[in-house]
Amino acid sequence: MSDSITADIIQNSVISVLIEDESGALARVVGLFSGRGYNISSLTVAQVDARQGLSRITVLTSGTPMVIQQIKAQLKRLVPVHAVSDLTQEGAFVGRELALVKIVSSGEDRTEALRIAESFRARRVDSTATSFVFELTGSPEKIDAFIELMRNLGLADVSRTGIAAIARGPEVFAPLVFHPSEETV
Amino acid sequence: MTDLAAPKADEHTKTLNPATLNGAEVLLRVLSELGVEVVFGYPGGAVLPIYDALFKQDHIRHILVRHEQAAVHAAEAYARSTGKTGVVLVTSGPGATNAVTGLVDALMDSIPLVCLSGQVPTKLIGNDAFQEADTTGITRPATKHNYLVRTPETLAPIVREAFAVAQGGRPGPVLIDLPKDITVGKAPLTPPAPTPAMKRLQKIAAQNRPAQDAIARTIEAMKTAKKPLFYTGGGIINSGPHAAELLRALARKTGFPVTSTLMGLGAFPSPDPQFLGMLGMHGAVEANMATHGCDLLIALGVRFDDRVTGRVDAFSPNSFKVHADIDPSQIDKIIPVDVRLEGDVGETLEALLAAWGETEAPDLTQWWNQIASWRSVDGFGFTQDMTPEAVIRPQYAIQRLYELVQESGRDTFVSTEVGQHQMWAAQHFQFDKPNRWLTSGGLGTMGYGLPAAVGAQVAHPDALVIDIAGEASTLMNIQELGTIAQYRLPVKIFILNNRYMGMVRQWQELLHGSRYSQSYSEALPDFVKLAESFHGTGMRARNVGELDKVIRDMLAHDGPVIADICVAEGENCYPMIPSGAAHNQMLLGPDQDSAAAGLTEEGMMLV
Repeated sequence: MSDSITADIIQNSVISVLIEDESGALARVVGLFSGRGYNISSLTVAQVDARQGLSRITVLTSGTPMVIQQIKAQLKRLVPVHAVSDLTQEGAFVGRELALVKIVSSGEDRTEALRIAESFRARRVDSTATSFVFELTGSPEKIDAFIELMRNLGLADVSRTGIAAIARGPEVFAPLVFHPSEETV
Repeated sequence: MTDLAAPKADEHTKTLNPATLNGAEVLLRVLSELGVEVVFGYPGGAVLPIYDALFKQDHIRHILVRHEQAAVHAAEAYARSTGKTGVVLVTSGPGATNAVTGLVDALMDSIPLVCLSGQVPTKLIGNDAFQEADTTGITRPATKHNYLVRTPETLAPIVREAFAVAQGGRPGPVLIDLPKDITVGKAPLTPPAPTPAMKRLQKIAAQNRPAQDAIARTIEAMKTAKKPLFYTGGGIINSGPHAAELLRALARKTGFPVTSTLMGLGAFPSPDPQFLGMLGMHGAVEANMATHGCDLLIALGVRFDDRVTGRVDAFSPNSFKVHADIDPSQIDKIIPVDVRLEGDVGETLEALLAAWGETEAPDLTQWWNQIASWRSVDGFGFTQDMTPEAVIRPQYAIQRLYELVQESGRDTFVSTEVGQHQMWAAQHFQFDKPNRWLTSGGLGTMGYGLPAAVGAQVAHPDALVIDIAGEASTLMNIQELGTIAQYRLPVKIFILNNRYMGMVRQWQELLHGSRYSQSYSEALPDFVKLAESFHGTGMRARNVGELDKVIRDMLAHDGPVIADICVAEGENCYPMIPSGAAHNQMLLGPDQDSAAAGLTEEGMMLV
């Protein structure tokens, strides 16, 4: 029968959910994932439209094609959900993550850390005689690579936001009415 | 069920003075406006303002149950037997947590319900106040949606929206948590107006038609199929009586055989020759063999429950599969299908009928011959020794109950508890109308049947309502005999008493070396005296000679009855597909040749 869908290939998916900004809305989404045993690799959420009271959740998840299809269908069932979009499926998208990385080191390692930071275009947002905090944005893979290089140079602490993603091109996922620049709240 | 049109303001919303209303009064006005006539509930501190408002009006009737779980089951049966939305009222904390089992039951079986729970005043929320619980948190996975009312202005819109959500699309339970300051304080009775969520639901409902090309592909498959089968479920009942009529019409036109899930019984008349009976773990031989052997499986309003599919990779292995469901998340969930018909199953049936038109029924003689050969194996067969002192076999008790109910000619609603008796009732009691069969399918809730009988009898005071029960399940909500007595509900409780948790014992026999760990019921009550202590009538049949008289007396009595039917203690329910086996690997029981059943470790886990 439908062989393509039964294939047990695990794929990564970036799913965007436009959801009403109400108390418990995030818990509904997270509860859906935990209750049904779906994977969450990363999850970001923030209000994107104050006038309509909408937040955008970006979930990086993985599963077989059948599981990904289930995740999307289950998300659509939630009453406060306005729109669900599978960015991985629907063409090219931009995905970015922010990381804050603390390096505690001295001597050669300190210089090397600065050099690597420069080549990754990481910003130094805090410096002391024995430490740096770097701010870095980019794809999760770029951040992984940065952390990997810093591992032997005094890497002490990492804070990452998880991926925020949006489709490339003029296609609009769900029209917003209130642009963040107008925001007065 | 999908009619989401904003309701009209009714008489009492016009005549009141909105300025003087408190939240509790606004709540009741909106319930009246939405057509609510009955509420099942139990009072407590946090809902006293609502109970006070109930006292001061006479539009809404309140049925006092003895436990909140029972309130939900009663409301479920009220909903299932009427097609309306069931309404439950419980207090904060323990009241709400007691309702959780019922809410999950309604969620699994897609029953439209609105549960109103009291909550401590807004200012005390989060302080571990007396009788406080995080009700919206606890019930989030137990409901289709839930609300905490935080401001008086949102009360009326939330109540209206809750009903739209409960009824719209795939029905389900919705909870509204009502802090006491909201029900005590003044609240505006805003005029009915669709909320953004209601507008979204309306939009989805309007698109609730399967795509034309999917219909065309289905019709094409139907025209060329040699071994077609309709696999029908609770979705047809939920879609309304019209959907059941359309199913009958389509079956007539095509001549295809029909099988049904537990939840779908009654959508197609059981006695009809085109009906193969229920499929699944304890389904009919012909239904399961046809499911396994068909070349076209048209699934209508079903969700491929594991009790139906058995071994997923061996489920109907050679068929082209079509699935119609209002909830897209059910399609391709367990069994990948070839055609998706997303939409209301009634609308789908209408589209299929229109597209089939005057096409002549295909020649299915060979398929029907094959079915006839499967039918010749009487999977439900049993031998009843007819000497008067003989032990009653449970299947015979249900068969006689059905025959004598038929003789009475009364409109009959049957609820069940959960276990062997439930399966025997599904196998041996026949239904020819939808909404008459009330059983806990998805969650399998012991203790469902007695309160469900209360709900059905409240909805249909003149009908015959029978709870076909087991003695262990009956004891799970036995306190509802008090409700039955208080409202003089002539409910008949027909207990097949084998002194065991029979289904548990059956599995222990099959999978755990007959080690009957904790499945024997010590110290059962005397059910006759129990009935009498609750102002009812008790009867007992100890042997075949007493059975008919007890059933006749029970049916003739105009008050509540417990009939304690002492049945064969070791009887098991067959046929049975052991979990983990395929549909053509049924166990037929000791009386018949057992098929080679694949009892696997995986199967043991699925039980």
